[in-house]
Amino acid sequence: MEQAEKHPSYLQHHFADMAQQTDAAKLGMWVFLVTEVLLFGGLFGFYTFFRAWYPEMFMEAHKYLDVTMGTTNTFVLITSSLTMALAIRAMQLGKKKQTIAYLAGTLFFAAVFLVIKYFEYSHKFHMGMLPGKFYTFDGIQAANPHIFFSVYFTMTGLHGIHVIIGMIIITWVMIRTMRDEFSPEYYNPIELTGLYWHLVDLIWIFLFPLLYLIG
Amino acid sequence: MSVATTANYLNAEKGIKSWLFTLDHKRIGLMYLFAVMTSFFLGGVFALLIRLELLHPGQDFFTADTYNQLFTLHGAVMIFLFIIPAIPAALGNFVLPLMLGAKDVAFPRLNLASFYIYVVGALFALYSIVAGAVDTGWTFYTPYSTTTSTSVISMTMGAFILGFSSIFTGVNFIATIHKMRAPGMTWFKMPLMVWALYATSIIQVLATPVLGITLLLLVIERTVGIGIFDPAMGGDPVLFQHFFWFYSHPAVYIMVLPGMGIISELVATFSKKKIFGYKLIAYSSLGIALISFLVWGHHMFTSGQSEFSSMVFSFLTFFVGIPSGIKMFNWLATMYKGRITFEAPMLYTIAFMFLFAIGGFTGIMLGAISIDIHMHDTYFVVAHFHYTMMGGTVIAFLGGLHYWWPKIWGRMYNEKLARVAWAFIFVGFNVTFFTQFFLGAQGMPRRYYNYLDQYQPLHMYSTYGSWMLGVGFLIMAYYLIYSIYKGPKAPNNPWGALSMEWQTTSPPIQHNFEDQPVLEHEPYDYDTRMVVNDELIKKEDVKEKEDINV
Repeated sequence: MEQAEKHPSYLQHHFADMAQQTDAAKLGMWVFLVTEVLLFGGLFGFYTFFRAWYPEMFMEAHKYLDVTMGTTNTFVLITSSLTMALAIRAMQLGKKKQTIAYLAGTLFFAAVFLVIKYFEYSHKFHMGMLPGKFYTFDGIQAANPHIFFSVYFTMTGLHGIHVIIGMIIITWVMIRTMRDEFSPEYYNPIELTGLYWHLVDLIWIFLFPLLYLIG
Repeated sequence: MSVATTANYLNAEKGIKSWLFTLDHKRIGLMYLFAVMTSFFLGGVFALLIRLELLHPGQDFFTADTYNQLFTLHGAVMIFLFIIPAIPAALGNFVLPLMLGAKDVAFPRLNLASFYIYVVGALFALYSIVAGAVDTGWTFYTPYSTTTSTSVISMTMGAFILGFSSIFTGVNFIATIHKMRAPGMTWFKMPLMVWALYATSIIQVLATPVLGITLLLLVIERTVGIGIFDPAMGGDPVLFQHFFWFYSHPAVYIMVLPGMGIISELVATFSKKKIFGYKLIAYSSLGIALISFLVWGHHMFTSGQSEFSSMVFSFLTFFVGIPSGIKMFNWLATMYKGRITFEAPMLYTIAFMFLFAIGGFTGIMLGAISIDIHMHDTYFVVAHFHYTMMGGTVIAFLGGLHYWWPKIWGRMYNEKLARVAWAFIFVGFNVTFFTQFFLGAQGMPRRYYNYLDQYQPLHMYSTYGSWMLGVGFLIMAYYLIYSIYKGPKAPNNPWGALSMEWQTTSPPIQHNFEDQPVLEHEPYDYDTRMVVNDELIKKEDVKEKEDINV
């Protein structure tokens, strides 16, 4: 019996205690987030080069992005970060139903973000403001406007993929919450999901001004 | 007592499933070992075919296009499938938790996932070979890589996926080293192999995502034509080179740093002497990791970057020589007045020091702009690269493989055959690649399947050397595989080493150690401790006994 108390089911065999397991998992997640920052860092690098080479074109082209939709999306994502943090807080207090509700809220806001993004994308597609060689819009006079949309679609596209991955992970921890796998003693997966989700938001916080608000 | 009767990680669970779904770092390490050795064989066959074509000038066996595909595949397979995962993911996976006195790595499931991601990446790469093998060189330079009709996408997607495998190993190792050390093992009491793996993991984590995004953009460029690498559309092909080398220069340190870690272990063990300059060796690993991020432009002296950039990159490149030199001098100082024995792992250690010194010095030469302008894209670069990568990393890998082989399998290999194979590899390597320094200095350009008659003698020697290498590796494959089944049982500590992996049985039990080991002495305390017949003895006790006897 004593052994069972020492080793709860969620403590993996190769760790000495929960503190070691939690610390290792958190460190691993932070290191992984560093790789995410560098992944997007590469894209921000490309953004910097092209904006430095074609400053006027960036000025002209960015006007065709919908600031209202972008601003709305920013608020939607920040709200989703709040609900994510509240979900962790709720599980710390052992309130299972609240946790599920907040996680569902996070999922809802993530979905709203994607729907708004869909309308933005389809409008651009309709106008022919597509990346690279598919670009057909002729409203922008500056040279190489397609480059702006290459950068725009690559950056927001990769971010969108991260939002979708985040939604899958949130769904997964939500199901695990429903199955009573978490408790105030063990809620680390929700916390790590939160870390990831905040990073996804943070990337958008940089994307939004750099793409929508440079005028 | 035979190996079969003792319970260990090899026989604790049976059946193919117990391997495919294992979370045991030792089994995952072995599966990696099998995978990277298969890749090494494949890449080696490509290399032999390249050398065969170059035996005589003119077209002998392959057309120019096939030749382009061969050297690309040789490079891509050797780099992405063999040399990057070889030491960290195969040997490192096996020994890291053992060296730390841990039961496993921090994230065993992530570890297994990283192996399967590797397999998926490898399948993409293999598919590329079947579907019109890529012919861009392993560097995938634009604009050629965006226009050639060969299967660039599957190979770059393969490299992209393999990058994730590499990142996951890095994340895992960093968390393991931070959080899983045995009680008493502070940072400066870790074996230097662990320091090297730590520095390697940092580079893997920081550099690989940038390669990932670059290759992804290359794929998008090829499929959708976003134009960022296409000058006709306002893009810039040199931008690709910058981003590619921002990863791929640090990547050569992903390849060589763990090799240096192995050498640090081997040189102390076989000199039976406390390692000289422990802290300097540890810090120099981190120093190399740091500087490696600041030198990528030395690959682009002739690509049209500004002269000022070239000067800065050249200057920074010389800096890498300092931490590498520190390591080299410390190893030599460790050997000084040591009780050196020349078992196979030590032979590889000495070979490493010879070959890596040559590779390193020629690297400094190539870092000097004035020389590089003449030498770039010649066989001189090829020779330099192979002296560091094969003479450095592969030789260190082989040293480590022989060193830990008894621990992995619980069996000893044939020492005599090991020395014969070593001699073939050492001599064959030098014959193959030292000739290429001369070829390069005389102006033979790399990546050509044809050449002027004047280069023929040197090319011929180089090809003969490659056959010697092949023979050496065949002998090695024979005695290593033979030893798994028929080799004599290995003692727990055949080399008398003091680091923790030798304190458990050979092969280790499933959970590595009977009880949680506690660090009682540092890994290189050869001045106060020795191992006789698997027994750890304090030297002062031996002296006291002798005194009593007298």
